[in-house]
Amino acid sequence: MPDEPILSVRGLRKEFGAHVAVDDLSFDLHEGRSLAVVGESGSGKTTVARMIVGLERPTAGVIVACRRDRSRPARGGAERKRRGREVQIVFQDPYASLDPRQSGAVLVDEVLRVHHNHDAATRRRITGELADLVGLDQRQINALPRDLSGGQRQRLAIARALATDPRVLILDESVAALDVSIQAQVLNVLADIRDERGISYILISHDLAVVRQLTDDAVVMRKGVVVEHGPTGRLLDDPQHPYTRMLRASVPGPGWKPTRTLRTSPAAQ
Amino acid sequence: MSVLTVNHVARRRARLGALGWASLAVVTAAVLLAILGPALRPFDPNLADLSFANVGPYGAHVLGFDGQGRDLLSRLFVGARTTLSGAAFVALVAIVAGSLIAVVTAWFGGIVDATASAALDVLFAFPGILLAVVAAAILGPGLLSAGLALAVAYIPYVTRVLRGAALKERAMAYVAALEVQGFSAWRLCLRHLLPNISGLIIAQGTILFGFAMVDLAAVSFLGLGVQSPQADWGVMISDGKSGLLQGYPLESLSAAVSIVAVVSAVTFLGERLEARAKESRR
Amino acid sequence: MTALLEVGDLTVRLRLGDEHREVITGTTFQIAAGEAMGLVGESGSGKSMTAKAIARLLPAGAQVSGSVTFDGADVLALQGAELRRHRARVAVVFQDPRAHINPVRRIDDFMTESLRILGDVPRAEARRRAAAALEEVGIDDPAKRLRQFPHELSGGMLQRVMIATALLSEPRLLLADECTTALDVTTQAEVMAILDDLRRDRGLAMLFITHDLELAGAVCDRTTVVYAGQIVETRSSQRLHDDPLHPYSAALVQARPDITATAPRLNAIPGRPVSAFEAPGGCRFAPRCPHALDSCREHDQQITELDAGRVRCERAADLRGRLLASYSPGPSSPGEAAHA
Repeated sequence: MPDEPILSVRGLRKEFGAHVAVDDLSFDLHEGRSLAVVGESGSGKTTVARMIVGLERPTAGVIVACRRDRSRPARGGAERKRRGREVQIVFQDPYASLDPRQSGAVLVDEVLRVHHNHDAATRRRITGELADLVGLDQRQINALPRDLSGGQRQRLAIARALATDPRVLILDESVAALDVSIQAQVLNVLADIRDERGISYILISHDLAVVRQLTDDAVVMRKGVVVEHGPTGRLLDDPQHPYTRMLRASVPGPGWKPTRTLRTSPAAQ
Repeated sequence: MSVLTVNHVARRRARLGALGWASLAVVTAAVLLAILGPALRPFDPNLADLSFANVGPYGAHVLGFDGQGRDLLSRLFVGARTTLSGAAFVALVAIVAGSLIAVVTAWFGGIVDATASAALDVLFAFPGILLAVVAAAILGPGLLSAGLALAVAYIPYVTRVLRGAALKERAMAYVAALEVQGFSAWRLCLRHLLPNISGLIIAQGTILFGFAMVDLAAVSFLGLGVQSPQADWGVMISDGKSGLLQGYPLESLSAAVSIVAVVSAVTFLGERLEARAKESRR
Repeated sequence: MTALLEVGDLTVRLRLGDEHREVITGTTFQIAAGEAMGLVGESGSGKSMTAKAIARLLPAGAQVSGSVTFDGADVLALQGAELRRHRARVAVVFQDPRAHINPVRRIDDFMTESLRILGDVPRAEARRRAAAALEEVGIDDPAKRLRQFPHELSGGMLQRVMIATALLSEPRLLLADECTTALDVTTQAEVMAILDDLRRDRGLAMLFITHDLELAGAVCDRTTVVYAGQIVETRSSQRLHDDPLHPYSAALVQARPDITATAPRLNAIPGRPVSAFEAPGGCRFAPRCPHALDSCREHDQQITELDAGRVRCERAADLRGRLLASYSPGPSSPGEAAHA
């Protein structure tokens, strides 16, 4: 069914005690397209990502990925692994997202062994392909994380996420902690991967320029609620909601001058 | 990213230093003694000749004799095995049990963590020696009952330290990433979490070893652990009491100095290991 | 007119165990009274250490050579009471406010401390000034905020408190070290506006340190780009952005995605930013520079004057006007991308 979304979310809600982190979020992600979830701190965007990959359990709502419901925790190892082959995630902090004791080759090998029954030669071949895909050479794929830079670590984290050939990759502020010149390299790698594998991205980010670079559609969240959604280009060129306008107006660029908003406006504090 | 943490800058490892090497030497000697002591001893440690009671160094008897006329050096050599293996047993049991509880409570959190913490809080209230006395009363005196009691008393201390490290590790992004990969809790705890706190576990183990030696010696001194006439450094301190009062300190003193030397060395090394474990992350 | 701040041939080496590693090499620049200059660089560029050297906040064991002159005084030689006075006249705002404020003391204690101790200002008066400063940075109900503890304030609000505190001692120079990097983008815009207004009102000079070239350009008339411990270009912000003279400045300009249009790929340079002590001899940017020639790798590059600015590149005159067009977006190969 070509029109059915690869991932779909309906009425997603998450409460932490009395605090509502995410309220009534719905969106569709179609195969080969990329979606941004845009927001600042407290918007709930990271909670959304965590719910989709199963690290957080929704209070209400439905998440369907690859035509299978994943709104409730997986029952059993087989289902957990299958979900891991469908949707994967790359986190923000390059210094915490890799096991410090495993080299790239070892960690990819372990992921492959957990999921498949390939023989050693096949696993080595796949590891090599992944390394090429993310732009890591022989030395780097065999090095421990502590001998890799931030950009190299993120590439490794991407390689790990792609090891099982997922259909959806969630990028949770995955380039935010990188130097500007490195960020550009990793964004190019992500573009190449999408071209080669037809993977769909969900980009969680506060950085509107990166959102523009990488995504087709966007959802803007504020304090757990969606305030606006639409094609990324239209959203950024002609924002409708006051919050989206304020976000867009806060981005430094040629001719931009920072201005003070009203002191009493809740958005300013 | 601070320039001082650039990755290919050579990592500074906590160096051993003179004290470190001295400690290593002492520990190595102690271990060798524990293994080879009974074979290396110059005389029969149990051969008592009261006519030589408390006689000082005399020919081949380098340290002289104890209150029963037995060769002191031989008793030290042979006693090393009981003393050191007793402490090792306590440390091992406490570390293994403590690590398990720490990892399980850190992983599951919630009610598991709350229950375990409450139980451990109760256990905290009992000093090791008191538990050893109780164990001796119930199970009869001896190394096993004293050892088990001490190990149980130590578990809350171990768990408190390791649980913090385990919780920190559990919260790391790589654990979440592997969970999303579908890894089982079993695999994550055993192959990822535990190894990453293993440096701390080993360091804690060595420090615990030092404490265990002293506590076991105290228990034996009280007559509740290793029983006389078995050679054991704690027992020797006790046996040498009367000699001490009469002006013949060598029996108690030699055993006490041995204990202090080994405990200091092991504790110092343990702290060095802990420093290295903390430092070599990232 | 003599500049308020003059940094001459500043070289800083930090101690790491038994060795010293160079992080800033021969840096020279001036800031006039009331002027705002942006200092832009990535990891290892030495930009934060420059601010610390000026404020005399370098870590223990650091070796400093060269000169730092503030309002005629030799900063590097100051001691005791004079040094304390210097720190009142040069205010610093850091990236993470929570790391620089005592969490167990109230806000008013923190804000009034230096006034009471250094300025001998009575407590009531100090508190009045603190409340006035909080109003200026746009915090409502200052009296209530003064009685609160740091954990009761959000990151953005705490950063405003830090700015207000910095301004209490009536400084003449403000060193802002990535002070908005940890904030949400809307809060960042607000804080930048506050800084800008306050600066103009008081004629305050500012050294604005950031990794964001466009942000620096928005509040600073002049921008300096640093790489591997050296200044590579100093120019008016506008011209630096439109027509960079140094290949690294051009790379920074092009590394950011364009928010107004979608390009399939970015013009990314290979490799990763290095510190001064890791950099090779000759031009430190050469390993990553698409225009590097053998002579670049052989000669240590010197600063030259060009087009109302200064640039450290022997090829700058040749490459002028061509840098922004020159990086061609080709498919990334493992070799090209692998260094980062």
